[in-house]
Amino acid sequence: MRVKNILKVAFRSILKSRMRSLLTALGIIIGVAAVVVMVAIGDGAQKQVEDQIASLGSNLIVITPGASVSGGVSRGMGTFNRFTFDDVDKIKSEATLITGVTPVVRSGGQVIGGTGNWFTQIQGVSPDYLEIRSWKLSTGEFFTERDVLARSKVCVLGSEVAKNLFPNDDPIGQQIRIRNVPFKIIGVLTEKGQTSVGTSNDDIIIAPSRTVHERLTGGRFISSIQVSAVSPSQIPRAKEELRQIMRDAHKLTQGEDDDFTIQDQADLATAATETSKILTILLGSVAGVSLIVGGIGIMNIMLVSVTERTREIGIRLSIGARSSDILIQFLTEAIVLSLAGGILGVALSFGVAYILNNYSNQVANIQPEIIILAFGFAGAIGIFFGFYPARKASKLNPIDALRYE
Amino acid sequence: MAKNIIRTSGLSKTYSIGEVEVHALRKVDIKIDEGEFVAIMGASGSGKSTLMNLLGCLDQPTSGEYFIDGHNTSNFTQNEYASIRNQKIGFVFQGFNLLSRTTALENVELPLLYDRTHRFNDPVKKATEALQRVGLGDRMHHVPSQLSGGQQQRVAIARALVNEPALILADEPTGNLDSRTSVEVFSVFQELNEEGITIILVTHERDFALFAKRIIELRDGKVIKDFAIKNRLEAKEEIKKLKEDSVLQDQEN
Repeated sequence: MRVKNILKVAFRSILKSRMRSLLTALGIIIGVAAVVVMVAIGDGAQKQVEDQIASLGSNLIVITPGASVSGGVSRGMGTFNRFTFDDVDKIKSEATLITGVTPVVRSGGQVIGGTGNWFTQIQGVSPDYLEIRSWKLSTGEFFTERDVLARSKVCVLGSEVAKNLFPNDDPIGQQIRIRNVPFKIIGVLTEKGQTSVGTSNDDIIIAPSRTVHERLTGGRFISSIQVSAVSPSQIPRAKEELRQIMRDAHKLTQGEDDDFTIQDQADLATAATETSKILTILLGSVAGVSLIVGGIGIMNIMLVSVTERTREIGIRLSIGARSSDILIQFLTEAIVLSLAGGILGVALSFGVAYILNNYSNQVANIQPEIIILAFGFAGAIGIFFGFYPARKASKLNPIDALRYE
Repeated sequence: MAKNIIRTSGLSKTYSIGEVEVHALRKVDIKIDEGEFVAIMGASGSGKSTLMNLLGCLDQPTSGEYFIDGHNTSNFTQNEYASIRNQKIGFVFQGFNLLSRTTALENVELPLLYDRTHRFNDPVKKATEALQRVGLGDRMHHVPSQLSGGQQQRVAIARALVNEPALILADEPTGNLDSRTSVEVFSVFQELNEEGITIILVTHERDFALFAKRIIELRDGKVIKDFAIKNRLEAKEEIKKLKEDSVLQDQEN
């Protein structure tokens, strides 16, 4: 029997009972759609995590003061603040694998201006800060190296602060007082959203490092130094280079422990990506179960259909169909149904993904691989669950089949 | 001398029902030549259905030999039986046995879809011709439920014809039809027979057997009579008579 005829016979049978065919395929449609959507959601979540990490600045390296060790007794992380602007300048002039460096001078306090007052944190940084944190301004401009050296009393607001103090006005050019020191607002940062621990990135005021250092913290040490490496792959080498510069700056002799810690985002990124990968696998396998249930549905309907169509099988055998023709016909019907279910399922999953992406916070990211996988799986289910009913049909005896009422 | 289409020698079929052996056919020897129109008769249980199944290659004998169109079927595999059914035999059943929800044309086309000899290039054209031959050229796209019993049986005859078989096997073809329609169906058979097609008719009604040219009568699995019909009925004449009868009845009313 020619392939063309096999397909002709199978398609005619499927189209003869449209409702039943649709219901049979429904299990596969839902199964395939579930697998594709679930994996897409897992994948979307993974991408969101990756984006979030990238928003921190994927090349970001943070140097924090390490625990000072006195007489073998560690006094804990950050107990001995001894970063200075000299350290920052030394890194800036000596490091070769970095694109920017900024000190971070932390302060905080009540800010008065605009429509009221607001408690927030203030960070004193260098003009490199925006690039290091891959952040942008929504309006205004950022301060320059001259502002830093001149201890200019200018600042840039995080979007959250701008919203709270200036709900209706343009904050640019306005004055605010931070702990009674007047600052002029020269820019507003774009919204960055939540940090990985759930606080807002945007509840912040940025000002020149030396201004904050001298006017607000009263000349205390720098709390951390942030550096961006030239590329993610150069992070390990950049870290090593920074370590040497810092040891040199702090005049540590051989055998003395580092009095600082150098960290990057890689560890955090790997952990977070692993978690969302496991999520994807979990979601995918739950959906996979529904695909198998869909396959059992096909087998069920095909078995009923073989009984119901016994007479038809008898007719086909009497006019010269071989038992292999019958086997192939029923198998083809099962495969065509599951592949059609696969196509409709993929179409449905695109619809669901579209709705998720446009009307909810969930990001669904459909990748071509998963479509091919789900499709192949649907075909395999058709063959697997279609074989038994098809074989049963092909084993019928023509005389008994013709007599069947 | 006409060619043998069918020859059986010592054809026997025994069924075992539990421990009881039922001899459905006992050493049947028959010969049927090309162009014959044979009616196989017998009461129920006489073995005529068994003989029909054996002649139709739907079943295999317990012993004996069966030649169809020169082929000895004794050592045939299931696939070879299927090929014989496809190429040499056209079946017409009592219950029409058409595929429901399938147009007349597609039903008639069906045997050609299973053809492995590639004898026919254009199945649709072939099926159309077969339907025209039985007078259903205008009903090709109707499904069985839209056709009368007589029309359905004519679709079945077209299906039996379409693969140019060596013989047509008709098993009680008019069992489900009224007498008027039955005569019409027999007129189709007689026409086909005049065109040279060999027909074997299985029936238990003597009235219909008389449309054939020869009667083989079975009883208890044996051939008890085998004779040519002298006063053969012409279906066309019978149709005319039936028409005249109804005209007369109308006049009386």
